[in-house]
Amino acid sequence: MASLKDLRVRINSVRSTQKITRAMQMVAASKLRRAQEQAEAGRPYANHMRRMMVSLTAALTNPDDAPVLMVGRGEAKTHLFVVASSERGLCGSFNTNIVRRARQRATTLLQSGNKVRILCIGKKGRDMLRRDLGDHIVDTIDMSGVRRLGFGDATPIARRITEMFEAEEFDVCTLFYSHFKSVLSQEVTEHQLIPVGVPEASQEDARVEGADAMYEYEPEEDEILEDLLPRNVAVQIYHALLENAASEQGARMTAMDNATRNAGEMIDRLTLVYNRTRQAMITKELIEIISGAEAL
Amino acid sequence: MDDKLALELVSPERLLVSAEADMVVVPGSEGDFGVLSGHAPVISSVRPGVIEVHDEDKETERIFITGGFAEVTAEGLTVLAEEAIPVAEMDREDLEQRLRNAEEDLEDAETDEATHRAQATIALLTEMLKAVA
Repeated sequence: MASLKDLRVRINSVRSTQKITRAMQMVAASKLRRAQEQAEAGRPYANHMRRMMVSLTAALTNPDDAPVLMVGRGEAKTHLFVVASSERGLCGSFNTNIVRRARQRATTLLQSGNKVRILCIGKKGRDMLRRDLGDHIVDTIDMSGVRRLGFGDATPIARRITEMFEAEEFDVCTLFYSHFKSVLSQEVTEHQLIPVGVPEASQEDARVEGADAMYEYEPEEDEILEDLLPRNVAVQIYHALLENAASEQGARMTAMDNATRNAGEMIDRLTLVYNRTRQAMITKELIEIISGAEAL
Repeated sequence: MDDKLALELVSPERLLVSAEADMVVVPGSEGDFGVLSGHAPVISSVRPGVIEVHDEDKETERIFITGGFAEVTAEGLTVLAEEAIPVAEMDREDLEQRLRNAEEDLEDAETDEATHRAQATIALLTEMLKAVA
């Protein structure tokens, strides 16, 4: 049986672990609030952008010579996966889930004879993908220096992707990230960036747009589109990064909450053992004294 | 004139301005245009320049934007800006300093890309200086 001292040391070490996990949980909670606010603040822009995309595509005079960024090159041989993950660990299954989804897709595509290239955003995703898909990783974008996500962090990534597309390095680009549904649930989402996949003017949109579909364009539609499409890629990436940041903090918060609770349970159990051992020792000493006195 | 125009200025990071005004002048890429309420629906790209907000016969606000898009609908005017800075917050000396730096960069530039970037910065800063003047 462990001695009293061993138990004391053990309890103390679990207690300090618990302190760390609790602190991490609280830090994650406050970061989560910020990330959530930021994600919400970015929504109006994304919505307007989407609306403009819809009305522009609806107004396209001849869809046949629409920009390639929008309609694609008509084939889908080489795929580019942009996998957004976190820079830090200890956030539960957050990274695992994203990576698992990307890996699944990659395997299916590779089996059917397509080519897959991967662009990682964030260190953790790269570390996990490197093991089996290392040859496919084109590059990793390091976000560890970024304290507060800005649109300026998304534009270089978008530029990189559009340049790769123009150099015909891939045909289809898919973005993998975690959509923030609530603190408790985050959903891995894949989103096709290129070709934009002409936003299907849904019934609802059509009705809303129908009223004021008669836009004038300045300059011409196609020139605006030329400007708008790369911007749209950047906006989508920015949006995904924001969602991802919020999800990461949410996942970390839950994971750390669990860890804190587990540590608490462990402390309780160890304390019980400690007290029992202590009492057993006292009893043993008393018995020794009494039986010693009786023997006299 | 009791009809006011609803103006929304948004950047990717946040909603910057949500206000009502009599008239807003937008620096469109094909020339400035003023938007009043009831303007025909337009989508236009915007060059770097100043958005002037006019209300009650006065110019109430001047905001510099670094480019983007403007959309006029029946509901109002929405400007999707890349970046926006109120003119009142811009500092002439600071801008001049940055312009000098950019010009030095242009001289030192070795690659085409660096040259291109420096030129773009100079063009932007020149526009900003014009706005302050």
